[in-house]
Amino acid sequence: MSAEHAAILPPVRPEFERQTLDARNIGEIERPLSLWERLGNITPLRRFLLLAALAAIWQLYASWLDNPLIFPTFGDTVAALVKGVVSGELLARTLVSIKVLVMGYAAGVAIAAVLTGLAVSTRLGTDLLSTLTAMFNPLPAIALLPLGLLWFGLGNPSLIFVLIHSVLWAVSLNTFSGFLAVSQTLRMAGHNYGLKGVSYVARILVPAALPAILTGLKVGWAFAWRTLIAAELVFGVSSGSGGLGWYIYENKNELETANVFAGLFTVIIIGLFIESVVFRAIENSTVRKWGMQQ
Amino acid sequence: MTRETGTLAAVGPTPPHPNPLRPEGAERESRGAAASDPASPLLEVEGVTLQYKTKQHLVTATYRVGFEVHRGDRFILLGPSGCGKSTLLKGVGGFLTPVEGSIRLNGRTIERPGPDRMMVFQEFDQLLPWKTVKQNVMFPMLASRRCSQREATDRAMTYIAKVGLDKFGDVYPHMLSGGMKQRVAIARAMAMEPEILLMDEPFAALDALTRRKMQDELLQLWDDIRFTMLFVTHSIEEAIIVGNRILVLSPHPGQVKAELNSVRGEGAEALQRRIRGMLFAEAIERAGAAP
Repeated sequence: MSAEHAAILPPVRPEFERQTLDARNIGEIERPLSLWERLGNITPLRRFLLLAALAAIWQLYASWLDNPLIFPTFGDTVAALVKGVVSGELLARTLVSIKVLVMGYAAGVAIAAVLTGLAVSTRLGTDLLSTLTAMFNPLPAIALLPLGLLWFGLGNPSLIFVLIHSVLWAVSLNTFSGFLAVSQTLRMAGHNYGLKGVSYVARILVPAALPAILTGLKVGWAFAWRTLIAAELVFGVSSGSGGLGWYIYENKNELETANVFAGLFTVIIIGLFIESVVFRAIENSTVRKWGMQQ
Repeated sequence: MTRETGTLAAVGPTPPHPNPLRPEGAERESRGAAASDPASPLLEVEGVTLQYKTKQHLVTATYRVGFEVHRGDRFILLGPSGCGKSTLLKGVGGFLTPVEGSIRLNGRTIERPGPDRMMVFQEFDQLLPWKTVKQNVMFPMLASRRCSQREATDRAMTYIAKVGLDKFGDVYPHMLSGGMKQRVAIARAMAMEPEILLMDEPFAALDALTRRKMQDELLQLWDDIRFTMLFVTHSIEEAIIVGNRILVLSPHPGQVKAELNSVRGEGAEALQRRIRGMLFAEAIERAGAAP
């Protein structure tokens, strides 16, 4: 048996060489995609169609329910939104909210930068950051509102206080884990050029960890926005003019359900705008352009 | 400066002749006279023991290794994995401090990483992904404040052209192939015009054909610019092609086994067999001794 096996050899085949065809003679090598295929590749278009479908479902369900006090139709909500915008009230309220939001967000990010900067440069800083994050990250920002009111009184400072709390931990946690994930080769390359301290962090670590930092900024933004609306719902007016949360609360009391929906709608629209325009633009000009993110 | 390092070496526990394969007494005396004398070695590694810590162990990577690199040398550190050749290169780069012995560049002890010793790493991710090819090459010159913006641009374009990537100056690294990325890394290191180029298996992650091509290109560049380089590899073939002098290291911990002159053409195969014998004889001996 084994002798027979050993005797089986692959047949000897002739060698050959060939001329390859000129590419022009092969015919179709590349071909433009059809119109539908190209339209399907446009992300904003796909998203828009999805939104339109959701709005249609909403409209149909609300018309069928026929109870504007509980669930106004999409059309009513848009009408209320337009009315609010035209009368200027909704815009004014939104502006109040956004002003507070930007202040709190900026302060939170600045503190996060300092904390993570300390954390990458000293071991004590690392311990401080990880302990503080572990302690405060699970604490809902809104739970600190009573304390904020006690310390800073009824007004913007206490709102900013809770906003900082909601932004700070999400941003520093993501930034720091981004720093830790920077490859050893890049670190050594940076040191090789003689970079040290702040310039090393700013010129090597921050750009290399940018995908994680952007995620942190996005999460922080969402936390801040929802904390702000919740805080306004709880304590409402500050210095005469309330924000968007207060607008929602007032209209609920007056049973203007369409206006409540319009207020919620505004919150969503601003969220969508920041996410898909502002952050997307930042990503497109940085991490996507650099091939660090698909 | 030289006197200072001289006393350091005398006080330290370093044996006077760490490398018994080479008579070096005469050379050594002449070095003290003028550190920048072109006849004296550029890089002196003397009785260097390097250790690094892992979570559980303190690993001795090299034990009393010594060698000298002269200007214009293509000096190869060759050995199997675990012979501490990369660790040795990191020691020269200043990323590790020897526990014993000294590493001197131009007579000055190396203490920290610096732009006078540019590293080229094996990994493709050594390029900064947020900078274009040109900006990558310019970055070390600007970061170390060696050059003005204009001078850096000029030098960058020169060296990018030398590695044949003139058309790719404004492209981001993620759009390049592995070989092209390594070329950029080499251009980046050379544009700094460092005292010595440190190459840590720069072609190991490339496919065989590209690798062969890169070796030839590197030799052409050397013909052109005559830089000094310290090149780490585990490939005997690559060592003979790229190097003019080869330090053969034994593993666990790395010790000097031989220092050889490379040959091209006729004698290359014999040299390859000789080195292979040197490295494998030990492996066989060990395997024999194990049971």
